Amino acid sequence: MAEITLVEAINLALSHELQRDESVVVLGQDVGRDGGVFRSTLGLVDKFGPERVIDTPLAEGMIAGMAIGMAVEGIRAVAEIQFSGFAYTCIDQILNHAGRMRYRTRGRMSCPMVLRTPCGGGIHAPEHHSESPEAMFAHTPGIRVVYPSSPKSAYGLLLAAIRDPDPVVFLEPTRLYRLFKEDVTDDGAALPLDTCFTLREGTDVTLVTWGGMVHETLQAADTLAEEGYAAEVLDVATLKPYDLETILASVQRTGRCVVVSEAPKTAGFASEIAAAVGEHGLLYLMAPVGRVTGYDSVMPLARLEKQYMPSAERIADAARLAIGWSG
Amino acid sequence: MEKAVARFEIRYTQFLDEHGKATGEFPDHSKNPDELVDLYRWMVLMRTYDAKAIALQRTGQLGTYAPILGQEAIEAGVGSTMHSDDVFLMTYREQGVQLMRGVTMTELFLYWSGDERGSDYQGPRRDFPICITIAAHCTHAAGAAYAIKLKGEKRAVVCALGDGATSKGDFYEGMNAAGAWKLPVIFLVTNNQWAISVPRSVQSAAETLAQKAIAAGIPNEQVDGNDIVAVRDAMKRALERARSGEGPSLIEALSYRLSDHTTADDASRYRSADEVAEAWKREPVLRLRNYLSAAGAWDRAREEALVRECNEQVQAAVQAYLDTPPPRPADMFEHLYETLPPALESQRLEALGPEPEPAGDKDTAVV
Ligand SMILES: Cc1ncc(C[n+]2csc(CCOP(=O)(O)OP(=O)(O)O)c2C)c(N)n1
Repeated sequence: MAEITLVEAINLALSHELQRDESVVVLGQDVGRDGGVFRSTLGLVDKFGPERVIDTPLAEGMIAGMAIGMAVEGIRAVAEIQFSGFAYTCIDQILNHAGRMRYRTRGRMSCPMVLRTPCGGGIHAPEHHSESPEAMFAHTPGIRVVYPSSPKSAYGLLLAAIRDPDPVVFLEPTRLYRLFKEDVTDDGAALPLDTCFTLREGTDVTLVTWGGMVHETLQAADTLAEEGYAAEVLDVATLKPYDLETILASVQRTGRCVVVSEAPKTAGFASEIAAAVGEHGLLYLMAPVGRVTGYDSVMPLARLEKQYMPSAERIADAARLAIGWSG
Repeated sequence: MEKAVARFEIRYTQFLDEHGKATGEFPDHSKNPDELVDLYRWMVLMRTYDAKAIALQRTGQLGTYAPILGQEAIEAGVGSTMHSDDVFLMTYREQGVQLMRGVTMTELFLYWSGDERGSDYQGPRRDFPICITIAAHCTHAAGAAYAIKLKGEKRAVVCALGDGATSKGDFYEGMNAAGAWKLPVIFLVTNNQWAISVPRSVQSAAETLAQKAIAAGIPNEQVDGNDIVAVRDAMKRALERARSGEGPSLIEALSYRLSDHTTADDASRYRSADEVAEAWKREPVLRLRNYLSAAGAWDRAREEALVRECNEQVQAAVQAYLDTPPPRPADMFEHLYETLPPALESQRLEALGPEPEPAGDKDTAVV
């Protein structure tokens, strides 16, 4: 066991899989000699060589497309897109090709690849470096969208993503890359995909979130606990396909649900969960399902990003509103 | 039967060698050393600004910043040949061109501090904002040039990009369209040898980046990008072509990124100190100064006075930047649409928070 950061956990998982499975390759801009701009691929080129840890030319569409071609030919490509705002050009490849390869060929071909990219705000980066594109990928049939929230979940879920027989978009909360450490054992044990994780049990309100916002949501739960309210905190972890069952079971116990996301509000993934809880859990609900999200504005440049992103305070406010709801 | 159906050659121009000696006769626009003095002043100002920006970042007064060190000749060459009503589209490392086109240093500091108001230039109102998504602006440039042609105007579009950017589809797509429609646009590729940690050789197997234009049917050439005279010469010819309806051009300017990629980068991880030391020998500012000194157009006293002036000018801009009141949360909604849709009003109010709106002028003074 070793105390490591989330970005180190990513590195550990990549290293483990490169070692375990010769068909795994890592590709992307600056992933080789530089070890990635966030250092998530640090040292891998020294261990596994430039043919398996590939510095690519600067072209995201090509990176995603090449990963698809490799995957169909039996190479497990783990592609890195340097920052979330540059992953949008991959959506065509993921949506029209990766997500449909198995379907279109009636199972003759598959596309087991991973597209990794750091996501979300909070690190004072330049523009287009802090976006939250999860809803766009989650809207895409045929893929998995995975979003870890801690060193442990990053390690276990990335192993699962690389081993998964279908394409996975793996989103990494940039803000948490180095925010805290956890004990992670490099035992090669994957965590299950398509499953919610209950991070904290509670009976008064269900707080549903994923990725970087898990951090603020847990803080909000602490605040609520000081006020005598027990919040249950669920980490969705796999956004597509997501584990509605666990969410509904929790809402059935608490009667209240608040969904937290830093992406813009309209048509975001929080809306999906709120709608599904409304659709299937209406009779459990004692308050409308709340959403705490970013605004329907552009992710602002650094000086306003804090005001844009949901704070623990805003989350706690929404939880209090749900708890105190009276028709 | 077999025959060659196409052949090509790439032209390379240099007028001022790395020691600051003329390699031959200068073109008319640069014959008089006094005219070059003005450009030298700009280049020194750029370097002073750049050093200050890094110092501000290091002391937590600026966000991530992309240095322009080593590229001053390209920037001055572009800035001095474009007309004010031309359109400039850039990545993030052409701040010297911006300064010459009238973007204020204070605006630049605001932008790099993470303040949207820095993109609202009081100067070149038709210049596009900094394009962080590499090469996306190449297609915008083709579009802007198409519009200008459609309107029958005699303006030119200059699209500045890096060597890494030439690997992207957007670059090929924009260039191809520009060639097909003979659009008045110049693709200016600053080949500074590195795209973050990826060297030029890994970016493409093409011998030159200039030749990428051949497939698009666009005239192209290479210049020594550390030689202000060569850059100006190529720019002047390309601008002339664009304005007279002869269509697009591509210029590959060879230079070197002397600094880190950004203040978040550490270039010593991926390139040798020797390589950087070699590159310093070819740098553009000292080269021009050597030339001007030898021509009797520059001396130590003038240099000292210039350094003082530049420092004062930069310091005044820093002060104006630091004195600018911070952006307000409601700014997130201010310029989202021409008129904020009523459905977004509640979000705007939420962003404002419980406090009343601060009093004062809505359009915060940007000096
Ligand atoms: C589409 C896109 N992908 C990745 C990045 C991250 N990134 C910023 S600069 C850069 C390298 C650019 O190199 P080049 O075009 O040669 O310009 P230079 O930085 O050398 O001036 C990269 C990969 C980006 N900004 N946009």
